Amino acid sequence: MITKRIIPCLDVKEGRVVKGTGFINLKDAGDPVLLAKMYNDQGADELVFLDITASAEKRKTMVGVVRAVAKEVFIPLTVGGGVETVDDIRVLLQAGADKVSLNTAAVLNPDIISKAAEQFGRQCVVVAIDAKRKGSLWEVIVRGGRERTGKDAIAWAKEAASLGAGELLVTSMDQDGTKAGYDLELTKTIAASVNIPIIASGGAGTLVSIKDVFLEGNADAALIASLLHYGTFTTNDVKTYLKKERISVRL
Amino acid sequence: MITILDYGAGNLSSVKNALDYLGMDNSTTDNPKKILSAERIILPGVGSFGFLMDQLRKKNLEKPLKKAIEKGTPFFGICLGLQALFEESEESPGVPGLSIFKGNVQQFRKGKVPQIGWNKIIPEKEGIIQEGFAYFVNSFVAVPKDPTIIAATSDYYGRYVCAVQWKNITATQFHPEKSGDYGLCTLKRWLQ
Repeated sequence: MITKRIIPCLDVKEGRVVKGTGFINLKDAGDPVLLAKMYNDQGADELVFLDITASAEKRKTMVGVVRAVAKEVFIPLTVGGGVETVDDIRVLLQAGADKVSLNTAAVLNPDIISKAAEQFGRQCVVVAIDAKRKGSLWEVIVRGGRERTGKDAIAWAKEAASLGAGELLVTSMDQDGTKAGYDLELTKTIAASVNIPIIASGGAGTLVSIKDVFLEGNADAALIASLLHYGTFTTNDVKTYLKKERISVRL
Repeated sequence: MITILDYGAGNLSSVKNALDYLGMDNSTTDNPKKILSAERIILPGVGSFGFLMDQLRKKNLEKPLKKAIEKGTPFFGICLGLQALFEESEESPGVPGLSIFKGNVQQFRKGKVPQIGWNKIIPEKEGIIQEGFAYFVNSFVAVPKDPTIIAATSDYYGRYVCAVQWKNITATQFHPEKSGDYGLCTLKRWLQ
């Protein structure tokens, strides 16, 4: 059976990994290639690089990062952050990314999803949805959590899937950074609404919370950031625990 | 020297990166003559079945590729490069495949489509494809008529064929170039 995936997410700013400074044993904790290799050795199933560089000009350095990582690490690489056009996607794929995640650009111009899926195949197109609770529903938030859209996250998930998204990366803005566990209801509701894989994100705090997002949230993959970056657990710790809990993982 | 067949689907860099990393000499080409004289051929698979077959025909690569395979050139097909070896695919009805093997390519009937992620490889015969986990991205799978070509199976709401091996032909539904150490070792075994 297909296994559940554990995906470390690395924030990259102007070509350097920020956060993740917990690796005191690494000579250079900001080097994307070194970190990617380390996570690969620990059994990470994929890697997500999120470009948090502010200016479009400096963002070009991300292409160099992808190129360097892709030459030495042979697991799937997803790149997101500031991707705006089909050309941006092409450049990243040619540099060695396997998937590109679209967030704000997809909300503002949903056409980009179908265009990208048509040109590169839907397996390359990850639509990232940042969702915030609003009563019993969730609202889509864009521009890195700064701007409300009034769009219903579940409806948007369905639309994105029907336009050609290959996977959805669903982040709970309420849980993100809290370590209080994923928003299971959000993940579960979206997983039941579409027939493509769901990567859950935001809130991983304990091993139990990761088990829950698979068993109760019905996620196909879990994105983990600070829990791994600060060395609380290694990817291998997480997978060993999940295996003990009878969740199918690659180990 | 390994010849990577470039039929115009774009991104071949991950296959090339993996071969470079393993120190295997390689070159990328869409030149029919070079296919015919190649020492080893890799057919990577990106795009759709119909697109791949159209491109092979448009670029006059189908005949040299079939000839090379028939004369015994070691061949490795990846993903769509496996599917293309069969007669036809539900993905592109009416488009004939390379028809080196009898059988067709069918869409997954159950589960999320595409299958994305790592799945367990269960070898069905001795050879290049060994037990382990490999990375898959696919909506379609080959259904061979001849069970003796099946090298390995995997499970996605039911068993399916994830690798075939017959004489000089090896092909995998998974992506060895994205399957970490398992994938690199698979490519290495093919070369030895």
